[in-house]
Amino acid sequence: MKPYYVELLDSLPVTPSHYAEVRGRLHMSVPDDLFRPLMAHMLTKEGGELSSLYHFHSSDRIIALVLVPRHGTVVIECVLDSDTYPSLTAEMPSAHWYEREIMEMSGIVPLDHPNLRPLHLHDWPKNEHPLAPTFPLERKVDRTGETYHYRKVDGEGVLEVPVGPVHAGVIEPGHFHFSTVGEPIINLEVRLGYVHRGIEKRLEGCPLEHAIRLVERISGDSAVAHSLAFCQALEGEQEVPERAKLLRCMYAELERIYNHLGDIGGMATDVAFAVPAAEATVLRERMLRLNMEITGHRLLWGAIVPGGVSKDLDALRADRLQGAMVELGFSFDPIVDALFGSPSFLDRVENTGVLRLTEAKELRAVGPVARASGWDRDTRRDFPYASYKSMGFQVQVQREGDVLARLKVKVGEVRESISIVKQCLDKVQDGEARVDVTTPQGQGIGIVEAPRGELVHCAHFEDGRIVRYKIRDPSYCNWPTLEKAVLGNILPDFPLINKSYNLSYAGNDL
Amino acid sequence: MFDIIERRIRAGSVVTEDISSLRTAGHIKAPMADDRCDMCGRCVPACPTAAIRTDGEWQVDVGRCLWCGDCVRACPRSAIAFSRDCPAVTERSALVLKTSTPVPGPALFEEKKRKALSRSLAIREVDAGSCNGCEVEVSSLMNPIYDLERFGMRIVASPRHADMLLVTGPVTRNMEGALMKTYHAAAEPKLVVAMGTCAISGRPFGGGYATGNGVDKVLSVDLFIPGCPPTPQAIMVALMEALGRL
Repeated sequence: MKPYYVELLDSLPVTPSHYAEVRGRLHMSVPDDLFRPLMAHMLTKEGGELSSLYHFHSSDRIIALVLVPRHGTVVIECVLDSDTYPSLTAEMPSAHWYEREIMEMSGIVPLDHPNLRPLHLHDWPKNEHPLAPTFPLERKVDRTGETYHYRKVDGEGVLEVPVGPVHAGVIEPGHFHFSTVGEPIINLEVRLGYVHRGIEKRLEGCPLEHAIRLVERISGDSAVAHSLAFCQALEGEQEVPERAKLLRCMYAELERIYNHLGDIGGMATDVAFAVPAAEATVLRERMLRLNMEITGHRLLWGAIVPGGVSKDLDALRADRLQGAMVELGFSFDPIVDALFGSPSFLDRVENTGVLRLTEAKELRAVGPVARASGWDRDTRRDFPYASYKSMGFQVQVQREGDVLARLKVKVGEVRESISIVKQCLDKVQDGEARVDVTTPQGQGIGIVEAPRGELVHCAHFEDGRIVRYKIRDPSYCNWPTLEKAVLGNILPDFPLINKSYNLSYAGNDL
Repeated sequence: MFDIIERRIRAGSVVTEDISSLRTAGHIKAPMADDRCDMCGRCVPACPTAAIRTDGEWQVDVGRCLWCGDCVRACPRSAIAFSRDCPAVTERSALVLKTSTPVPGPALFEEKKRKALSRSLAIREVDAGSCNGCEVEVSSLMNPIYDLERFGMRIVASPRHADMLLVTGPVTRNMEGALMKTYHAAAEPKLVVAMGTCAISGRPFGGGYATGNGVDKVLSVDLFIPGCPPTPQAIMVALMEALGRL
């Protein structure tokens, strides 16, 4: 057993009923009365972070994935004795949304949860649980006609401003319920679930060659990240060829680049700084066309498959990619200079939408949002996958936590991604781009750094089929932090703050 | 500021896609079996959305196609390729393509609406549960390379300002109400365009507890633009042809 796991087991305040090292992870199971103290110890004393929390109906357990950066991966299973268990949220706020989801999807009640309203299921009766084995995928449930009660702020002059779900731009739907006094926002409640398509239920029993098509479409602009996590969960410890790993890194970085370019252009658009905004959209279009040339799809869909990649890189395309990265580096700099050199732009982005490091840590923010608030974290470095262990790159961290900090992180990441693609092109040698892999039995976990942050797929396989699939997009962790970041800012700054986050609604809602 | 002006003067204008190249490259290409096909049927289970049928004649329902290429790889005779010109259509049934089906002419909006709106079209985009892939492509339409606005078409912020709703997504249970309210908020004459596979047939999400089976199950749709997602060129050509301008 890994030395860290041996040390960890020695230091625990409670004794697990069972533990084992499986595929590099430490699995522990405890009865429900020991779950909360064990989780509290892992999260507050051991430096662990709650990366996913869900109910697995076949074994009737609550499963928590706890990541301890640079040390290990721990899976804690809470053996249920009834359809309730002691809630984690009061002590560990990062569990908040997971537990609401467990309640509505699986019908297991977290006792003493401070806020058990439904999360993704709107207008839905309390006794119907889609992930319960007795609930068929196609069942149509009648609407209840109940209204959702938003947190109210009492006081004179408090105005409630409901925004959405249909938003003014070309953007996904979600509802933002503000309370303002004059222009400053004193409360925000984010209500999502409008894009809930029931993907986790649909994946259960889905043949694996078809499942990946659904996984790519969880959140279309993170298709590489989601399909890579799927493939990693499926592949387990099976080795993927070196060439394939490098190509996977390359495609993942191409995805990061086009996403960040879109965000940078979006931030410039939202403050009406038209010229750099337009220039950024041109660069993004060039990247989408490059994606088409390299993989046959503008958004890189279909590129990652179990066992490797579907599109190998021939010499011609490799040259083209090299040239495009050099060209991008040159074209990118003047746009960034224009933004950072404009006092009126800086005036809008400095000190706007500040997310403090304490808030980011309490709610467990991930990705550029966390890094902009001063949290030094990146899955590519802390839990390396594909070829990232041999890549040289700097994790971009800022301290202020404002819109400018998030912009600086994304600008830095574009440059680092260009460098990583070039390193991949240098290192790539002849070899297979894809091998056959067998389907595992039992649990598989895939963890990647998507453009928005840490993305996790927890899969349970039985006889070649998926029996439970838990998807945790990075946006799921970051949406609750938006409610903190907007406080004290004026309402017209909200689009800018939201754009600096650029979270996925589809990835959150599934 | 002066450095921005200097850079723009030195760089010249961004090459905007010419309308004639859009005309030729604009339609998306659907999968089609050629005469090497012997109806072995191996492509049928390979398709994740059951879009292909081989009873009688080989046919594909492009409204369910994900453009994943699994059928192309499954064919032992390499008889399937993305070779068939597939423009936008006004009738859902026109997206079921057989080898013998001729390529239809451009689909036109109804004449009265065409006359009123062809030179100035205000578009309100509504995401009724898509994965966001279509939104990436719709927002690409506003970049200097495609420049939708040069054709008098623009994206507006409110359905009250809109002539046309561009709808994506299978229509999730949670978005149905908002979509209907948005539709009723727009004044006549108005058009509804469903773009993308999930808006046309709901696939791959449709039919579950949380999703519908496409926009035409809740609204009357004037134009279906196939693709997953449709490229910006395909969207532009579809709209221009439907307005009778190409």
